[in-house]
Amino acid sequence: MQYIKTLRQYGIFVVFIIICLILSFISPQFLTVSNWTIIITQASINALLAFGVTFVIITGGIDLSLGSMVAVTGVTAAMLAHPDTFPVALPIFAGLLAGLLMGVFNGFIITKSKIAPFIVTLGTMTIGRGLALILSKGRPISNLSDSFNFIGGGEVLGIPFPIIVLVLIFAICSITLKKTLLGRYIYAVGGNEQAARASGINVNQVKMAVYSISGLLAGLAGVLLTSRITTGQPNAGAGFELDAIAAAVIGGTSTSGGTGTMMGTLVGVLLIGVINNGLDLLNVTSYYQQVVMGIIIIGAVVLDSWNQKSNV
Amino acid sequence: MPSNPQNILQVQNLSKSFLGVKALDNIQFNLQKGEVHALMGENGAGKSTFMKILMGLLKPDSGEIIFEGETLKSNNVHGNLRKGISMIHQEILVVPELTVAQNIFLGRETNYRSWLNDKVINQKAQEILNAIGVKINAQTKIKNLSIAEMQMIEIAKAISNNAKVIIMDEPTSALTDNEVTMLFKIIKDLKAKGVAIIYISHKMDEIYEITDRITVLRDGKYIATKNTNELDKNALIALMVGRELNDLRAAFRFLENNSIKGESILSVQNLNKKGKFKDINFEVHAGEVLGIAGLMGAGRTEIARAIFGLDMYDSGEIMLKGNRVEIKSPEDAIKNGIGYVSEDRKALGFIPALSIKENISLSSLGNFSKTWFVNSSNEYEATKQLVNDLKIKSTSINQKVMTLSGGNQQKVVIGKVLLTSPSLVILDEPTRGIDIGAKFEIYKLINQLTEKGIAVIMISSELPEILGISDRIMVLSKGKQTALLSKQEATQEKIMQYAVH
Repeated sequence: MQYIKTLRQYGIFVVFIIICLILSFISPQFLTVSNWTIIITQASINALLAFGVTFVIITGGIDLSLGSMVAVTGVTAAMLAHPDTFPVALPIFAGLLAGLLMGVFNGFIITKSKIAPFIVTLGTMTIGRGLALILSKGRPISNLSDSFNFIGGGEVLGIPFPIIVLVLIFAICSITLKKTLLGRYIYAVGGNEQAARASGINVNQVKMAVYSISGLLAGLAGVLLTSRITTGQPNAGAGFELDAIAAAVIGGTSTSGGTGTMMGTLVGVLLIGVINNGLDLLNVTSYYQQVVMGIIIIGAVVLDSWNQKSNV
Repeated sequence: MPSNPQNILQVQNLSKSFLGVKALDNIQFNLQKGEVHALMGENGAGKSTFMKILMGLLKPDSGEIIFEGETLKSNNVHGNLRKGISMIHQEILVVPELTVAQNIFLGRETNYRSWLNDKVINQKAQEILNAIGVKINAQTKIKNLSIAEMQMIEIAKAISNNAKVIIMDEPTSALTDNEVTMLFKIIKDLKAKGVAIIYISHKMDEIYEITDRITVLRDGKYIATKNTNELDKNALIALMVGRELNDLRAAFRFLENNSIKGESILSVQNLNKKGKFKDINFEVHAGEVLGIAGLMGAGRTEIARAIFGLDMYDSGEIMLKGNRVEIKSPEDAIKNGIGYVSEDRKALGFIPALSIKENISLSSLGNFSKTWFVNSSNEYEATKQLVNDLKIKSTSINQKVMTLSGGNQQKVVIGKVLLTSPSLVILDEPTRGIDIGAKFEIYKLINQLTEKGIAVIMISSELPEILGISDRIMVLSKGKQTALLSKQEATQEKIMQYAVH
């Protein structure tokens, strides 16, 4: 009985560990430092997006424009990252700013118009894709400076730079959600928006904040991706929003708002990464990988609702 | 227990636990044909769990339910409904976009034809509505009905189900006096037809008016079943709370001299909102309770919402301690020292998934910390203090508010308001749907607030409560202020006269 309860509470952690154990038995390469370095590095972009969208989903919203924001910010950064034009800080800054602005735009429309976030961000998703194509004139932008390419491909003390970014951003997001007023207000708005307003919380400000954060992190993801593939791709990031949302949901964030943790989202991200990696190691074709991923998403939500029932 | 042929429903030794906590412990209950049987008990006594089991929503751990002489084996909602056990819920469960008839026959649309046929169900629904004397067109969309009318629809639905047992959970909590009269007439008709009714209410007057027998539960245990006319009010309360409790009036305020003391806290001048209220003028002083009486829809809550910044008003002035203030949001109101405890606890009161601590501190977090970070030690101390002061029953202050009983949830909301150190507290139906013990504590709390010099506005539909607590009483009728009575002038009759003015 006690074991079952524990399994429910830490459901996705347990699933994660079981899958890792199984994979390490099946494939000797799985549990090696170099393999995990690959898993985490590859997962870092999804992680940044998933952290951002976790804030949004906890308020009861959704952000479908993440993938497009990755493309716009990546292209923006790439345009300024040619060798010997500007210092490397400029393309990074421009990428982040572009993401932030798009996030602010999402937040502004959602709070002012009272249109459902699903619709608004569906709109900005299309707008963003168009902007990325306009900015790049529809062509990939390559020939970027070495210092820019370091962000996605470099290492510090043997640790790939994206992993350092991932750890840092995870810590910041986690603390923001758990320890700050904003974090508390995010849960309150998602848990009961009317009651949050009646408690004196400026609900619109909170919503502005989460969409802005989501945009800013999408900007960071865009810069990272562009640097890693050493090209500004206007078609990059298509469908990324779904992976990010999936990670958050697998990690226990409820799409109806009010619950979720960054730790859960991180596990969700890693679980997706591990499964993709494991299926690669086992030479399973990517078609099957998608089927498996879908099953896991539904399984996670079933587990979550099971857990919620037992809590009442 | 010998089987009595008069008993339509008999419950023996019913027990149910949640995570090791006994919610129901050996419950006995019997229900006879054609009786109205009150189920009484404080919040948390186990009434809801018991009713959920009767409905088939929960399975009992042990015990027997015998319905019409047969033991209910597989306890499930659909089965019990078909056998004839229906429930009128406290929160009304209807589909707003469908018509009255479609709601009444929801899930059973094809009982009369094998395909959807609105004409047939409209006709059937109208027959039922006419039979119980409800003047509603069966083709009206539910969203266009008042709450009272929706309740009538739920009853019609139960009747259409050939219900032999109808459970009514706080059926009058949203009804006006006229509507209550109408409901009682329907209940009497149902009784005459042999339908048995389990009636749950916190309103004593109703229990004595409509019920035949009373069963009392306390802390999940069966206490007693008595004939209503053999059990007086004080004895009933004693059974419910398990201790002698003087009449509620003991908690009401006795003022040594009722001259208005203290400075003016709130002054409202010519407040208007089109279609809601008109030319409202009043003042509340430190240490004073202003009661607002009136029928449902008289504009009481609307005025409170406007003062608190939940809604905009069209014209007029709100002065706080002599200064004109612009209140555009609850945020502004709280900063200006106004606290509001809403009548709609679920919608506006608390965040169910957050803990007691997080709910109580929600309006004051900014005051605790100078930085962006929540000062958790301050938060813990302050909320712990309030949980003790308000006697909020919980396992820990980290317990989620959704798991608390109604009375304790209300105390959490009040705690949240008190933590903002308000100079004016607006209580909108503060004792609605909570048990008598918790009511008592809220009356005491109001007295404590006024002793501290806080001004209190209390909106209530219960006249004895308004008369017992208020120093002055404002009466509203259809959005207009019809009287401002002092404690000496006010009587139930006078208030009612002005309320229907």
